[in-house]
Amino acid sequence: MLYAFLCYNDEAATCAWSKDEESAVMAKLGAVTEKLTRERRLGPVARLVPTTAATTLRKDCDPPLVIDGPFAETKEQLLGFFVIDCNSLEHALETARELGRANPGGAYEIRPLLQFWPGSVGG
Amino acid sequence: MSDSNDLVWIDAALTAARPKAVAALLRYFRDLDTAEEAFQEACLRALKTWPQNGPPRDPTAWLVLVGRNVAIDETRHRARQAPLPDSDTLADADDKEAELAERLDAAHYRDDVLRLLFICCHPDLPATQQIALALRIVSGLSVKQIARAFLVGESAMEQRITRAKSRIARAEVAFETPGAIERAERLAVVAAMIYLVFNEGYSASGDGAAMRLALCDEAIRLARLLLRLFPAEPEIMGLTALLLLQHARSPTRFDADGAIVLLDDQDRGRWDRAMITEGLALIDKAMRHRRRGPYQVQAAIAALHARAARPDDTDWAQIDLLYAALEELTPSPVITLNRAVAVDKLRGPAAALAMIEPLASPLNGYFHFFGLKGALLLRLGRHAEARVAFDRAIALANSAPEAAHIRAHLDRLARDGAATAGKR
Repeated sequence: MLYAFLCYNDEAATCAWSKDEESAVMAKLGAVTEKLTRERRLGPVARLVPTTAATTLRKDCDPPLVIDGPFAETKEQLLGFFVIDCNSLEHALETARELGRANPGGAYEIRPLLQFWPGSVGG
Repeated sequence: MSDSNDLVWIDAALTAARPKAVAALLRYFRDLDTAEEAFQEACLRALKTWPQNGPPRDPTAWLVLVGRNVAIDETRHRARQAPLPDSDTLADADDKEAELAERLDAAHYRDDVLRLLFICCHPDLPATQQIALALRIVSGLSVKQIARAFLVGESAMEQRITRAKSRIARAEVAFETPGAIERAERLAVVAAMIYLVFNEGYSASGDGAAMRLALCDEAIRLARLLLRLFPAEPEIMGLTALLLLQHARSPTRFDADGAIVLLDDQDRGRWDRAMITEGLALIDKAMRHRRRGPYQVQAAIAALHARAARPDDTDWAQIDLLYAALEELTPSPVITLNRAVAVDKLRGPAAALAMIEPLASPLNGYFHFFGLKGALLLRLGRHAEARVAFDRAIALANSAPEAAHIRAHLDRLARDGAATAGKR
Protein backbone atom coordinates (compact mmCIF):
# COMPACT_ATOMS: atom_id res chain seq x y z
CA MET A 1 0.00 0.00 0.00
CA LEU A 2 1.17 3.49 -0.77
CA TYR A 3 1.61 5.98 2.05
CA ALA A 4 2.32 9.68 1.95
CA PHE A 5 4.88 10.88 4.48
CA LEU A 6 4.13 14.55 5.02
CA CYS A 7 7.20 16.29 6.47
CA TYR A 8 6.57 18.92 9.09
CA ASN A 9 9.26 21.01 10.73
CA ASP A 10 9.86 24.55 11.95
CA GLU A 11 11.05 26.21 8.78
CA ALA A 12 12.67 29.02 10.76
CA ALA A 13 14.93 26.28 12.12
CA THR A 14 15.55 24.47 8.82
CA CYS A 15 16.21 27.79 7.06
CA ALA A 16 18.83 28.52 9.73
CA TRP A 17 20.80 25.42 8.76
CA SER A 18 24.27 26.18 7.45
CA LYS A 19 25.24 24.82 4.02
CA ASP A 20 27.22 22.06 5.77
CA GLU A 21 24.34 21.06 8.06
CA GLU A 22 22.01 21.08 5.07
CA SER A 23 24.22 18.86 2.94
CA ALA A 24 24.84 16.52 5.88
CA VAL A 25 21.08 16.02 6.37
CA MET A 26 20.52 15.62 2.61
CA ALA A 27 23.31 13.05 2.37
CA LYS A 28 21.84 11.00 5.22
CA LEU A 29 18.34 11.20 3.72
CA GLY A 30 19.83 10.25 0.35
CA ALA A 31 21.19 7.04 1.85
CA VAL A 32 17.70 6.09 3.07
CA THR A 33 15.92 6.97 -0.18
CA GLU A 34 18.57 5.08 -2.15
CA LYS A 35 17.81 1.98 -0.14
CA LEU A 36 14.06 2.51 -0.72
CA THR A 37 14.73 2.88 -4.45
CA ARG A 38 16.66 -0.42 -4.46
CA GLU A 39 13.71 -2.06 -2.73
CA ARG A 40 11.46 -0.49 -5.45
CA ARG A 41 9.37 1.19 -2.74
CA LEU A 42 10.02 4.89 -3.43
CA GLY A 43 7.44 6.99 -5.26
CA PRO A 44 7.47 10.74 -5.91
CA VAL A 45 9.39 12.95 -3.49
CA ALA A 46 9.06 16.73 -3.22
CA ARG A 47 10.68 19.46 -1.22
CA LEU A 48 8.72 22.70 -1.01
CA VAL A 49 9.94 26.29 -1.11
CA PRO A 50 9.42 27.91 2.35
CA THR A 51 5.85 28.97 3.21
CA THR A 52 6.78 32.61 2.68
CA ALA A 53 6.49 31.76 -1.03
CA ALA A 54 3.03 30.22 -0.53
CA THR A 55 -0.24 31.69 -1.77
CA THR A 56 -3.64 30.39 -0.68
CA LEU A 57 -6.86 30.48 -2.68
CA ARG A 58 -9.90 30.34 -0.40
CA LYS A 59 -12.67 28.85 -2.53
CA ASP A 60 -15.36 28.84 0.13
CA CYS A 61 -16.41 32.30 -0.96
CA ASP A 62 -17.42 33.76 -4.30
CA PRO A 63 -15.27 35.03 -5.88
CA PRO A 64 -12.49 32.97 -4.30
CA LEU A 65 -10.16 34.94 -2.07
CA VAL A 66 -6.41 35.02 -2.67
CA ILE A 67 -4.33 35.22 0.52
CA ASP A 68 -0.57 35.55 0.87
CA GLY A 69 0.98 32.80 2.93
CA PRO A 70 0.23 29.16 3.79
CA PHE A 71 -3.26 27.74 4.40
CA ALA A 72 -2.64 27.29 8.10
CA GLU A 73 -0.41 29.29 10.42
CA THR A 74 1.23 26.50 12.39
CA LYS A 75 4.34 26.27 14.51
CA GLU A 76 5.64 23.57 12.20
CA GLN A 77 5.09 23.82 8.49
CA LEU A 78 4.55 21.34 5.66
CA LEU A 79 7.97 21.35 3.99
CA GLY A 80 7.74 18.37 1.65
CA PHE A 81 6.57 14.79 1.21
CA PHE A 82 7.57 11.28 0.19
CA VAL A 83 5.32 8.63 -1.31
CA ILE A 84 6.53 5.19 -0.18
CA ASP A 85 5.20 1.67 -0.64
CA CYS A 86 4.79 -0.09 2.75
CA ASN A 87 3.25 -3.44 3.76
CA SER A 88 1.48 -2.12 6.82
CA LEU A 89 1.26 0.83 9.17
CA GLU A 90 3.93 -0.86 11.30
CA HIS A 91 6.19 -1.04 8.25
CA ALA A 92 5.42 2.63 7.43
CA LEU A 93 6.29 3.68 10.99
CA GLU A 94 9.53 1.76 10.79
CA THR A 95 10.37 3.60 7.55
CA ALA A 96 9.44 6.92 9.15
CA ARG A 97 11.78 6.19 12.08
CA GLU A 98 14.56 5.50 9.62
CA LEU A 99 13.94 8.80 7.81
CA GLY A 100 13.66 10.54 11.19
CA ARG A 101 17.08 9.31 12.26
CA ALA A 102 18.51 10.90 9.10
CA ASN A 103 16.63 14.16 9.68
CA PRO A 104 15.73 14.72 13.34
CA GLY A 105 13.34 17.41 14.57
CA GLY A 106 9.74 18.00 13.53
CA ALA A 107 7.31 15.23 12.56
CA TYR A 108 6.10 12.96 9.78
CA GLU A 109 2.37 12.66 9.25
CA ILE A 110 1.76 9.25 7.71
CA ARG A 111 -1.32 9.04 5.47
CA PRO A 112 -2.39 6.07 3.34
CA LEU A 113 -3.10 7.02 -0.28
CA LEU A 114 -6.66 6.53 -1.51
CA GLN A 115 -5.85 7.06 -5.17
CA PHE A 116 -2.61 7.70 -6.96
CA TRP A 117 -1.85 9.16 -10.38
CA PRO A 118 1.88 9.07 -11.09
CA GLY A 119 1.43 11.98 -13.54
CA SER A 120 3.62 12.86 -16.48
CA VAL A 121 5.47 16.02 -15.46
CA GLY A 122 9.24 16.04 -15.78
CA GLY A 123 9.25 12.83 -17.93
CA MET B 1 25.03 9.74 17.68
CA SER B 2 21.79 10.71 19.36
CA ASP B 3 23.77 13.21 21.45
CA SER B 4 25.11 15.04 18.43
CA ASN B 5 21.66 14.84 16.84
CA ASP B 6 20.21 16.42 19.98
CA LEU B 7 22.71 19.24 19.80
CA VAL B 8 22.00 19.90 16.14
CA TRP B 9 18.25 20.24 16.51
CA ILE B 10 18.44 22.10 19.83
CA ASP B 11 20.95 24.53 18.36
CA ALA B 12 18.72 25.05 15.31
CA ALA B 13 15.64 25.50 17.51
CA LEU B 14 17.39 28.05 19.76
CA THR B 15 18.69 30.02 16.78
CA ALA B 16 15.25 30.02 15.19
CA ALA B 17 13.50 31.05 18.41
CA ARG B 18 15.93 33.82 19.29
CA PRO B 19 14.42 36.86 17.52
CA LYS B 20 10.88 36.22 18.78
CA ALA B 21 11.95 35.21 22.28
CA VAL B 22 14.33 38.14 22.82
CA ALA B 23 11.69 40.48 21.37
CA ALA B 24 8.99 39.20 23.74
CA LEU B 25 11.38 39.42 26.70
CA LEU B 26 12.26 42.99 25.69
CA ARG B 27 8.59 43.96 25.76
CA TYR B 28 8.39 42.47 29.24
CA PHE B 29 11.58 43.93 30.74
CA ARG B 30 11.96 47.02 28.53
CA ASP B 31 15.70 46.65 28.81
CA LEU B 32 17.90 45.12 26.15
CA ASP B 33 20.56 43.70 28.49
CA THR B 34 18.03 42.08 30.81
CA ALA B 35 16.16 40.58 27.86
CA GLU B 36 19.38 39.19 26.40
CA GLU B 37 20.59 37.74 29.69
CA ALA B 38 17.19 36.17 30.34
CA PHE B 39 17.30 34.53 26.91
CA GLN B 40 20.84 33.24 27.48
CA GLU B 41 19.82 31.74 30.79
CA ALA B 42 16.76 30.11 29.23
CA CYS B 43 18.99 28.60 26.51
CA LEU B 44 21.28 27.07 29.14
CA ARG B 45 18.28 25.47 30.83
CA ALA B 46 16.99 24.25 27.46
CA LEU B 47 20.31 22.52 26.79
CA LYS B 48 19.96 20.78 30.16
CA THR B 49 16.29 19.75 30.03
CA TRP B 50 15.35 19.31 26.36
CA PRO B 51 17.59 16.28 25.69
CA GLN B 52 15.89 14.49 28.62
CA ASN B 53 12.30 15.63 28.22
CA GLY B 54 12.25 16.07 24.45
CA PRO B 55 11.44 19.33 22.73
CA PRO B 56 8.64 21.44 24.22
CA ARG B 57 5.52 21.91 22.11
CA ASP B 58 6.43 25.53 21.47
CA PRO B 59 10.15 26.16 22.00
CA THR B 60 9.80 29.94 21.68
CA ALA B 61 7.07 30.16 24.32
CA TRP B 62 9.09 27.84 26.59
CA LEU B 63 12.15 30.09 26.29
CA VAL B 64 10.14 33.25 26.93
CA LEU B 65 8.47 31.77 29.99
CA VAL B 66 11.62 30.30 31.48
CA GLY B 67 13.66 33.38 30.61
CA ARG B 68 11.11 35.61 32.25
CA ASN B 69 10.92 33.53 35.41
CA VAL B 70 14.67 33.25 35.72
CA ALA B 71 15.13 37.01 35.30
CA ILE B 72 12.42 37.79 37.82
CA ASP B 73 13.93 35.34 40.32
CA GLU B 74 17.30 36.91 39.68
CA THR B 75 15.97 40.38 40.46
CA ARG B 76 14.30 39.15 43.63
CA HIS B 77 17.46 37.34 44.62
CA ARG B 78 19.54 40.45 44.10
CA ALA B 79 17.08 42.46 46.16
CA ARG B 80 17.34 39.78 48.87
CA GLN B 81 13.62 39.60 48.99
CA ALA B 82 11.61 36.53 49.71
CA PRO B 83 10.63 34.23 48.15
CA LEU B 84 13.86 32.71 46.91
CA PRO B 85 13.84 31.07 43.46
CA ASP B 86 11.85 27.87 43.68
CA SER B 87 13.06 24.82 41.85
CA ASP B 88 9.58 23.95 40.58
CA THR B 89 9.69 26.84 38.15
CA LEU B 90 10.96 24.60 35.40
CA ALA B 91 8.59 21.74 36.07
CA ASP B 92 5.68 24.12 35.56
CA ALA B 93 7.07 25.44 32.34
CA ASP B 94 5.38 22.95 30.05
CA ASP B 95 1.95 23.41 31.62
CA LYS B 96 2.10 27.13 31.42
CA GLU B 97 3.57 27.05 27.97
CA ALA B 98 0.30 26.34 26.19
CA GLU B 99 -1.44 29.15 27.99
CA LEU B 100 1.38 31.56 27.28
CA ALA B 101 1.58 30.53 23.64
CA GLU B 102 -1.97 31.68 23.18
CA ARG B 103 -1.18 35.09 24.55
CA LEU B 104 1.97 35.30 22.46
CA ASP B 105 0.03 34.91 19.25
CA ALA B 106 1.35 35.93 15.87
CA ALA B 107 0.16 39.51 16.18
CA HIS B 108 2.10 40.06 19.39
CA TYR B 109 5.29 38.54 18.06
CA ARG B 110 4.90 40.64 14.96
CA ASP B 111 5.12 43.95 16.79
CA ASP B 112 7.67 42.62 19.28
CA VAL B 113 10.11 41.49 16.61
CA LEU B 114 9.54 44.63 14.57
CA ARG B 115 10.24 46.72 17.68
CA LEU B 116 13.41 44.78 18.42
CA LEU B 117 14.66 45.29 14.85
CA PHE B 118 13.54 48.89 14.86
CA ILE B 119 15.42 49.63 18.08
CA CYS B 120 18.58 48.41 16.37
CA CYS B 121 18.05 50.98 13.58
CA HIS B 122 17.63 53.92 15.92
CA PRO B 123 18.36 57.10 13.90
CA ASP B 124 20.95 58.20 16.50
CA LEU B 125 23.07 55.20 15.56
CA PRO B 126 25.47 55.28 12.60
CA ALA B 127 24.82 52.53 10.02
CA THR B 128 27.78 50.40 11.14
CA GLN B 129 26.47 50.34 14.72
CA GLN B 130 22.95 49.50 13.52
CA ILE B 131 24.24 46.49 11.62
CA ALA B 132 26.49 45.31 14.45
CA LEU B 133 23.68 45.63 16.97
CA ALA B 134 21.16 43.77 14.83
CA LEU B 135 23.62 40.94 14.25
CA ARG B 136 24.40 40.71 17.96
CA ILE B 137 20.91 41.10 19.40
CA VAL B 138 18.58 39.71 16.75
CA SER B 139 20.72 37.14 14.95
CA GLY B 140 22.67 36.17 18.06
CA LEU B 141 26.08 36.22 16.36
CA SER B 142 28.96 36.38 18.83
CA VAL B 143 31.00 39.59 19.14
CA LYS B 144 33.94 37.60 17.77
CA GLN B 145 31.99 36.55 14.68
CA ILE B 146 30.81 40.10 14.02
CA ALA B 147 34.30 41.52 14.56
CA ARG B 148 35.71 39.08 12.02
CA ALA B 149 33.00 39.96 9.52
CA PHE B 150 33.85 43.66 9.84
CA LEU B 151 37.60 42.99 9.87
CA VAL B 152 38.06 44.80 13.20
CA GLY B 153 39.40 43.64 16.54
CA GLU B 154 37.10 41.94 19.03
CA SER B 155 37.49 44.61 21.70
CA ALA B 156 36.78 47.39 19.19
CA MET B 157 33.58 45.63 18.17
CA GLU B 158 32.65 44.99 21.81
CA GLN B 159 33.01 48.73 22.42
CA ARG B 160 30.98 49.62 19.36
CA ILE B 161 28.12 47.40 20.50
CA THR B 162 28.27 48.64 24.10
CA ARG B 163 28.16 52.26 22.91
CA ALA B 164 25.21 51.51 20.66
CA LYS B 165 23.35 49.82 23.51
CA SER B 166 23.88 52.69 25.92
CA ARG B 167 22.71 55.17 23.32
CA ILE B 168 19.54 53.17 22.89
CA ALA B 169 19.04 52.90 26.64
CA ARG B 170 19.02 56.72 26.78
CA ALA B 171 16.69 57.07 23.80
CA GLU B 172 12.93 56.99 24.12
CA VAL B 173 11.49 53.79 22.68
CA ALA B 174 7.76 53.38 22.30
CA PHE B 175 6.56 50.11 23.79
CA GLU B 176 2.87 50.50 23.09
CA THR B 177 1.46 48.72 20.05
CA PRO B 178 2.24 50.85 16.99
CA GLY B 179 -0.49 52.24 14.74
CA ALA B 180 -0.72 51.34 11.06
CA ILE B 181 1.29 54.33 9.83
CA GLU B 182 4.00 53.93 12.44
CA ARG B 183 4.18 50.21 11.70
CA ALA B 184 4.69 50.90 7.98
CA GLU B 185 7.41 53.45 8.79
CA ARG B 186 9.19 51.01 11.09
CA LEU B 187 8.96 48.33 8.46
CA ALA B 188 10.65 50.57 5.85
CA VAL B 189 13.48 51.49 8.23
CA VAL B 190 14.03 47.86 9.21
CA ALA B 191 14.00 46.74 5.56
CA ALA B 192 16.72 49.29 4.79
CA MET B 193 18.81 48.00 7.71
CA ILE B 194 18.46 44.39 6.49
CA TYR B 195 19.63 45.49 3.04
CA LEU B 196 22.64 47.17 4.69
CA VAL B 197 23.52 43.91 6.46
CA PHE B 198 23.27 42.12 3.13
CA ASN B 199 25.45 44.62 1.27
CA GLU B 200 28.04 44.49 4.02
CA GLY B 201 28.43 40.81 3.14
CA TYR B 202 27.90 41.13 -0.60
CA SER B 203 30.60 43.75 -1.08
CA ALA B 204 33.12 41.51 0.63
CA SER B 205 36.12 40.24 -1.27
CA GLY B 206 39.56 38.86 -0.58
CA ASP B 207 40.55 37.97 2.98
CA GLY B 208 37.63 37.21 5.24
CA ALA B 209 35.20 37.16 2.30
CA ALA B 210 33.74 33.81 3.36
CA MET B 211 33.15 35.14 6.86
CA ARG B 212 31.43 38.23 5.52
CA LEU B 213 29.34 36.24 3.06
CA ALA B 214 27.69 34.75 6.14
CA LEU B 215 26.19 38.22 6.62
CA CYS B 216 24.23 37.66 3.39
CA ASP B 217 22.73 34.47 4.86
CA GLU B 218 21.90 36.39 8.05
CA ALA B 219 20.21 39.17 6.07
CA ILE B 220 18.13 36.62 4.17
CA ARG B 221 17.14 35.00 7.45
CA LEU B 222 16.03 38.39 8.83
CA ALA B 223 14.11 39.18 5.64
CA ARG B 224 12.31 35.81 5.79
CA LEU B 225 11.51 36.43 9.45
CA LEU B 226 9.99 39.78 8.56
CA LEU B 227 8.06 38.25 5.67
CA ARG B 228 6.59 35.54 7.90
CA LEU B 229 5.38 38.28 10.23
CA PHE B 230 4.10 40.51 7.40
CA PRO B 231 3.10 37.97 4.76
CA ALA B 232 1.14 40.42 2.57
CA GLU B 233 3.70 43.24 2.22
CA PRO B 234 4.89 43.34 -1.41
CA GLU B 235 8.01 45.37 -0.59
CA ILE B 236 9.13 42.78 1.98
CA MET B 237 8.55 40.07 -0.65
CA GLY B 238 10.58 42.23 -3.03
CA LEU B 239 13.39 42.69 -0.52
CA THR B 240 13.59 38.96 0.23
CA ALA B 241 13.50 38.13 -3.49
CA LEU B 242 16.22 40.69 -4.20
CA LEU B 243 18.54 39.27 -1.55
CA LEU B 244 17.95 35.67 -2.70
CA LEU B 245 18.45 36.45 -6.39
CA GLN B 246 21.65 38.40 -5.75
CA HIS B 247 23.06 35.89 -3.29
CA ALA B 248 22.36 33.06 -5.77
CA ARG B 249 25.20 34.48 -7.88
CA SER B 250 27.70 34.62 -4.98
CA PRO B 251 29.53 31.37 -5.84
CA THR B 252 30.50 32.78 -9.26
CA ARG B 253 31.31 36.44 -8.60
CA PHE B 254 35.01 35.81 -7.92
CA ASP B 255 37.35 33.26 -9.47
CA ALA B 256 39.64 30.92 -7.56
CA ASP B 257 42.27 33.66 -7.30
CA GLY B 258 39.78 36.17 -5.92
CA ALA B 259 39.53 38.17 -9.16
CA ILE B 260 36.18 39.74 -10.12
CA VAL B 261 34.11 37.78 -12.67
CA LEU B 262 31.62 40.02 -14.49
CA LEU B 263 27.99 38.99 -14.88
CA ASP B 264 28.44 38.12 -18.57
CA ASP B 265 31.34 35.78 -17.76
CA GLN B 266 29.85 34.03 -14.71
CA ASP B 267 29.21 30.28 -14.88
CA ARG B 268 25.42 30.37 -14.69
CA GLY B 269 25.31 26.63 -14.03
CA ARG B 270 26.77 27.36 -10.60
CA TRP B 271 24.15 29.90 -9.61
CA ASP B 272 22.13 28.60 -6.65
CA ARG B 273 18.93 27.19 -8.17
CA ALA B 274 17.08 26.88 -4.84
CA MET B 275 17.57 30.58 -4.09
CA ILE B 276 16.56 31.54 -7.64
CA THR B 277 13.40 29.41 -7.45
CA GLU B 278 12.40 31.01 -4.16
CA GLY B 279 13.30 34.52 -5.34
CA LEU B 280 11.30 34.19 -8.56
CA ALA B 281 8.30 32.82 -6.63
CA LEU B 282 8.41 35.80 -4.26
CA ILE B 283 8.70 38.45 -6.96
CA ASP B 284 5.76 36.79 -8.74
CA LYS B 285 3.72 37.06 -5.55
CA ALA B 286 4.72 40.67 -5.00
CA MET B 287 3.78 41.81 -8.52
CA ARG B 288 0.24 40.57 -8.00
CA HIS B 289 -0.32 43.34 -5.46
CA ARG B 290 0.35 46.05 -8.07
CA ARG B 291 1.98 48.28 -5.45
CA ARG B 292 5.33 49.05 -6.99
CA GLY B 293 8.31 49.78 -4.76
CA PRO B 294 12.09 50.05 -5.10
CA TYR B 295 12.87 46.58 -3.72
CA GLN B 296 10.38 44.93 -6.06
CA VAL B 297 11.79 46.75 -9.09
CA GLN B 298 15.37 45.85 -8.16
CA ALA B 299 14.28 42.24 -7.59
CA ALA B 300 12.53 42.24 -10.98
CA ILE B 301 15.82 43.34 -12.60
CA ALA B 302 17.71 40.59 -10.75
CA ALA B 303 15.00 38.14 -11.83
CA LEU B 304 15.57 38.97 -15.51
CA HIS B 305 19.26 38.13 -15.09
CA ALA B 306 18.39 34.93 -13.22
CA ARG B 307 15.95 33.86 -15.95
CA ALA B 308 18.49 34.26 -18.76
CA ALA B 309 20.17 30.90 -19.35
CA ARG B 310 22.92 32.65 -21.37
CA PRO B 311 24.04 36.32 -21.20
CA ASP B 312 22.66 36.85 -24.74
CA ASP B 313 19.18 35.79 -23.56
CA THR B 314 19.00 38.75 -21.16
CA ASP B 315 16.00 41.00 -21.77
CA TRP B 316 17.91 44.30 -21.70
CA ALA B 317 14.96 46.32 -23.03
CA GLN B 318 12.90 45.26 -20.02
CA ILE B 319 15.82 45.96 -17.68
CA ASP B 320 16.12 49.47 -19.20
CA LEU B 321 12.41 50.06 -18.52
CA LEU B 322 12.73 48.79 -14.95
CA TYR B 323 15.69 51.10 -14.27
CA ALA B 324 13.61 53.95 -15.66
CA ALA B 325 10.87 53.01 -13.18
CA LEU B 326 13.45 52.88 -10.40
CA GLU B 327 14.80 56.33 -11.35
CA GLU B 328 11.25 57.61 -10.99
CA LEU B 329 10.72 55.95 -7.59
CA THR B 330 14.09 56.80 -6.05
CA PRO B 331 16.02 59.24 -8.26
CA SER B 332 19.77 58.70 -7.82
CA PRO B 333 22.82 59.06 -10.07
CA VAL B 334 23.87 55.50 -9.16
CA ILE B 335 20.64 54.14 -10.63
CA THR B 336 21.16 56.14 -13.83
CA LEU B 337 24.68 54.72 -13.96
CA ASN B 338 23.29 51.18 -13.73
CA ARG B 339 20.73 52.00 -16.40
CA ALA B 340 23.56 53.05 -18.69
CA VAL B 341 24.77 49.43 -18.70
CA ALA B 342 21.43 48.39 -20.18
CA VAL B 343 21.50 51.31 -22.61
CA ASP B 344 24.97 50.23 -23.74
CA LYS B 345 23.64 46.73 -24.52
CA LEU B 346 20.62 48.15 -26.37
CA ARG B 347 21.98 51.20 -28.18
CA GLY B 348 25.75 50.98 -27.89
CA PRO B 349 28.54 52.70 -25.95
CA ALA B 350 28.03 56.20 -27.39
CA ALA B 351 24.43 56.40 -26.11
CA ALA B 352 25.51 55.03 -22.72
CA LEU B 353 28.36 57.52 -22.49
CA ALA B 354 26.01 60.41 -23.28
CA MET B 355 23.76 59.16 -20.50
CA ILE B 356 26.45 59.09 -17.82
CA GLU B 357 28.28 62.30 -18.76
CA PRO B 358 25.93 64.49 -16.66
CA LEU B 359 26.73 62.24 -13.66
CA ALA B 360 30.39 63.28 -13.61
CA SER B 361 29.93 65.79 -10.83
CA PRO B 362 27.65 63.86 -8.41
CA LEU B 363 29.69 60.66 -8.92
CA ASN B 364 33.18 62.18 -9.03
CA GLY B 365 34.26 60.01 -6.09
CA TYR B 366 32.56 56.81 -7.26
CA PHE B 367 34.66 53.89 -8.43
CA HIS B 368 31.98 52.33 -10.65
CA PHE B 369 31.39 55.60 -12.53
CA PHE B 370 34.98 55.73 -13.73
CA GLY B 371 35.12 51.98 -14.31
CA LEU B 372 32.10 52.11 -16.64
CA LYS B 373 33.22 55.37 -18.28
CA GLY B 374 36.65 53.86 -19.02
CA ALA B 375 35.10 50.68 -20.45
CA LEU B 376 32.75 52.66 -22.73
CA LEU B 377 35.55 54.98 -23.94
CA LEU B 378 37.72 51.94 -24.59
CA ARG B 379 35.04 50.41 -26.80
CA LEU B 380 34.71 53.71 -28.66
CA GLY B 381 38.45 53.65 -29.39
CA ARG B 382 39.12 56.76 -27.26
CA HIS B 383 42.07 55.13 -25.52
CA ALA B 384 43.75 58.18 -23.98
CA GLU B 385 40.51 59.26 -22.28
CA ALA B 386 39.85 55.67 -21.22
CA ARG B 387 43.25 55.55 -19.54
CA VAL B 388 42.47 58.72 -17.56
CA ALA B 389 39.13 57.26 -16.39
CA PHE B 390 40.74 53.92 -15.42
CA ASP B 391 43.49 55.69 -13.48
CA ARG B 392 40.85 57.58 -11.53
CA ALA B 393 38.92 54.31 -10.94
CA ILE B 394 41.99 52.62 -9.47
CA ALA B 395 42.50 55.53 -7.11
CA LEU B 396 38.88 55.12 -5.94
CA ALA B 397 38.79 51.29 -5.77
CA ASN B 398 37.17 49.93 -2.60
CA SER B 399 39.05 46.65 -2.63
CA ALA B 400 42.12 44.97 -4.09
CA PRO B 401 40.09 42.88 -6.59
CA GLU B 402 38.38 46.05 -7.89
CA ALA B 403 41.74 47.72 -8.43
CA ALA B 404 43.13 44.55 -10.05
CA HIS B 405 40.15 44.37 -12.39
CA ILE B 406 40.80 47.90 -13.69
CA ARG B 407 44.54 47.36 -13.82
CA ALA B 408 43.89 44.43 -16.20
CA HIS B 409 42.14 46.90 -18.55
CA LEU B 410 45.07 49.30 -18.31
CA ASP B 411 47.59 46.53 -18.98
CA ARG B 412 45.65 45.50 -22.08
CA LEU B 413 45.57 49.13 -23.21
CA ALA B 414 49.33 49.41 -22.73
CA ARG B 415 49.92 46.14 -24.62
CA ASP B 416 47.63 47.17 -27.48
CA GLY B 417 49.28 50.59 -27.57
CA ALA B 418 52.74 48.98 -27.75
CA ALA B 419 51.55 46.60 -30.47
CA THR B 420 50.12 49.48 -32.53
CA ALA B 421 53.26 51.52 -32.05
CA GLY B 422 55.34 48.51 -33.13
CA LYS B 423 53.38 48.16 -36.37
CA ARG B 424 54.00 51.75 -37.31
